[in-house]
Amino acid sequence: MNNLMQLISLNMVFTTLRLAIPLTLASIGGVFCERSGIVNLGIEGMMLFGAFGAVAGTYATGSPWLGMLVAILVGGLVGLLHATLCVRFRTNQAVSGVGINIFASGLTVVLCRAIWSSDGISGDVEQIPSVTVPLLNKIPLIGPFFTNQSPYLYFTVAIVAVSWFVMYRTKVGLRLRTIGDHPKAAATAGINVTRYRYAAVVLCGMLCGMAGSFLSIVQSNLFVKEMVAGRGYMALAATIFGGWNPLGSFLASILFAFAQAIRMNISLNIPDQFLQMIPYLLTMLVLMGVGRKVKGPQAAGDITD
Amino acid sequence: MLAVEMRGITKRFGNFAANDGIDLLVEKGEIHCLLGENGAGKTTLMNILFGLYRADEGVLKINGESVTGHSARKAFQMGLGMVHQHFMLVDALTVWENVVVGNEPGKFAIDRKDSIRRVQEISDRYHFDLNVTEKVSELSVGMKQRVEILKTLYRGAEIIIFDEPTAVLSPPEVLQLLDIFRDMKKQGKTIIFITHKLNETKAVSDHVTVLRAGKSLETVATADVTVDSLASMMVGHDVSLELQREPSRPGETVLELKNVRLLPNAQSTVSMEIREGEIVGIAGVEGNGQKQLEELILGFQKCREGSIYMMGDDVTRWSTRKRCGKGIGYIPSDRHQRAILPGFSIQDNYLLGNQFSPEYVKNGMIRRKFLHERTLELMKAYDVRAVDEKQSAGSLSGGNQQKMVLSREVGKDTRFVLACQPVRGLDIGAIRYIHEILLDLKKKGKGILLISAELTDILQLSDRIAVLYKGEILAMRKNEDYTTDSIGLLMAGQKGGQ
Repeated sequence: MNNLMQLISLNMVFTTLRLAIPLTLASIGGVFCERSGIVNLGIEGMMLFGAFGAVAGTYATGSPWLGMLVAILVGGLVGLLHATLCVRFRTNQAVSGVGINIFASGLTVVLCRAIWSSDGISGDVEQIPSVTVPLLNKIPLIGPFFTNQSPYLYFTVAIVAVSWFVMYRTKVGLRLRTIGDHPKAAATAGINVTRYRYAAVVLCGMLCGMAGSFLSIVQSNLFVKEMVAGRGYMALAATIFGGWNPLGSFLASILFAFAQAIRMNISLNIPDQFLQMIPYLLTMLVLMGVGRKVKGPQAAGDITD
Repeated sequence: MLAVEMRGITKRFGNFAANDGIDLLVEKGEIHCLLGENGAGKTTLMNILFGLYRADEGVLKINGESVTGHSARKAFQMGLGMVHQHFMLVDALTVWENVVVGNEPGKFAIDRKDSIRRVQEISDRYHFDLNVTEKVSELSVGMKQRVEILKTLYRGAEIIIFDEPTAVLSPPEVLQLLDIFRDMKKQGKTIIFITHKLNETKAVSDHVTVLRAGKSLETVATADVTVDSLASMMVGHDVSLELQREPSRPGETVLELKNVRLLPNAQSTVSMEIREGEIVGIAGVEGNGQKQLEELILGFQKCREGSIYMMGDDVTRWSTRKRCGKGIGYIPSDRHQRAILPGFSIQDNYLLGNQFSPEYVKNGMIRRKFLHERTLELMKAYDVRAVDEKQSAGSLSGGNQQKMVLSREVGKDTRFVLACQPVRGLDIGAIRYIHEILLDLKKKGKGILLISAELTDILQLSDRIAVLYKGEILAMRKNEDYTTDSIGLLMAGQKGGQ
């Protein structure tokens, strides 16, 4: 009984939201990328570059906010690399994505050594502080959501809302959805397919970079090698499970985050290794369940035109 | 006043002249047919008009204005629109979204109300009978085509090119499309109708320009020519459209359906039998259970009600492989999905479906020498024209692909042939050839079930005809006992079509 109560405690809600932030940001990046017809298996690596960039940027400038900007910039550059490989050189998109992951694993460790002369771990840097929103924090019930929270929570909610609006209410979104399903139809309607693809993949990289920075300079205050630990793949799963819809991605991310939060907040008499598996098992089960039902961009992964 | 004026257009690809001094003059406000066999140069010519290719020689004027080196975007601006053979539509989007994309009302956010109003207004003006807020995935093929037309009209096209628009339509849909053409003409639009179908040309056009082997023949007024003379202009020699169909000499039953339910909500089940030495045709508008019939016979779909017999055996519960082992020559309705592997060589395509035959495969190894000889033999016997047997099947013309499929399927030791839409998308010469082969197979004593959306196929080839409507057979009679009118009524679901 006590355990059940823990499941729905306020603490659990905040842990879930906190864990959902990087997943949501990265999976919305995935939505834009895949909607443009480019499959992105490199989300993991883009996040890792972001996590590293944030720490390196903070270390160099002394400001974690500038560190966040560096993370976004680095993510964007890696996105540009993926876009160039996939769109310009017609590289196999899976190969390019996996290549980015391997590249990220290697390069971040090398740079760590160059900057901090240590093996796969950076020095401590300043974190982005939590904030309390005045006035709003006084409101009963919703007050706790505005007390001592990371600003990333508000960024994320705003990004979800804006992304949904852009995708389903604007010209840009309609064109992007057309490109993902039928690039030729888009081209005959006079849309510059190539330009949209570059923009979408770069945007994806930026969001992944931001997601990575959350791991290194919000949740923590240093970079550790492989600190993304599969969250990039989980984000990709959230993209698919969420039906390539920003709002759906958000909800899927919350579900995956909840599975992670169970382990952190509940002490059960089960070996920890099994609890650690929960989010990954859930991801696989969910994908098995929805894999056939959810229809994604019809032309994703295929740019032979 | 000429809407389109093309004079002496020549376009070469290497040594091959796809267009060789073609003249095409289209008057404003007319329906102009561009008639020609596959490969006659129709598509190349239209790509030049549309700015996708540049002509090597010749003059091109649109609305009297000389254009050179224009782009597709420029073509749009000059009022050209094109309805492609393969639809350029996104199934997951609504009709109006498909229409406005690339040219949406509103600044950053789309003005939904205005978009819907504008698109619906055009649809209503031309009596398209479309609900523009519906998703495209919900629409029939004919309706999807109307969405394509809407796209051009929304962009203000005055000259609209239709590339083989009737190839994908059922007979009633064709008639509706021709009505839409007339309606558009009435409202002052100019229509260029690319086709190789003679009856449609005759029915709707004002002028016809016939293309043959990259050259244009004289443009004629449609009223002055007969269907037969158009046919010989197109092919280059006299063609008799009539086929000699010998009376059937039915033998043993090769396929029998007993109380099989085709569609879950059909009012009754289907029973029929096909015997050796006869062709049974299935007439009907597409989507009335033809696909289910095809898949049930092959075993791609589970038969939930009724039973199926092949050469006397109850095969209702048999796997597809086991049924094929019994000997079915199968010409699938979807050539690209089920009949060929476009990226594989012709020779490898001949192995398809024969991979369990000990002649072709021994101890798990392909007998390449046998396959090679057999391939050459069948290609020769059935006039499959290719550079060699190593050429990819996808690079063959539609007619040659179908000849390849047909020769492979009837080259097996079969007594039963299931031919589904065997002439879809083929030109007159290839159609004629396929027809002759089917009649010849019947003469050799094979039992053939012919499913076709082309009524002319059914009437020319079948000994008996079943009319399929909403998953039930409304009539099963001898060919002679129908008239074109009575069968048309039955296809529309009117049982009393005597």
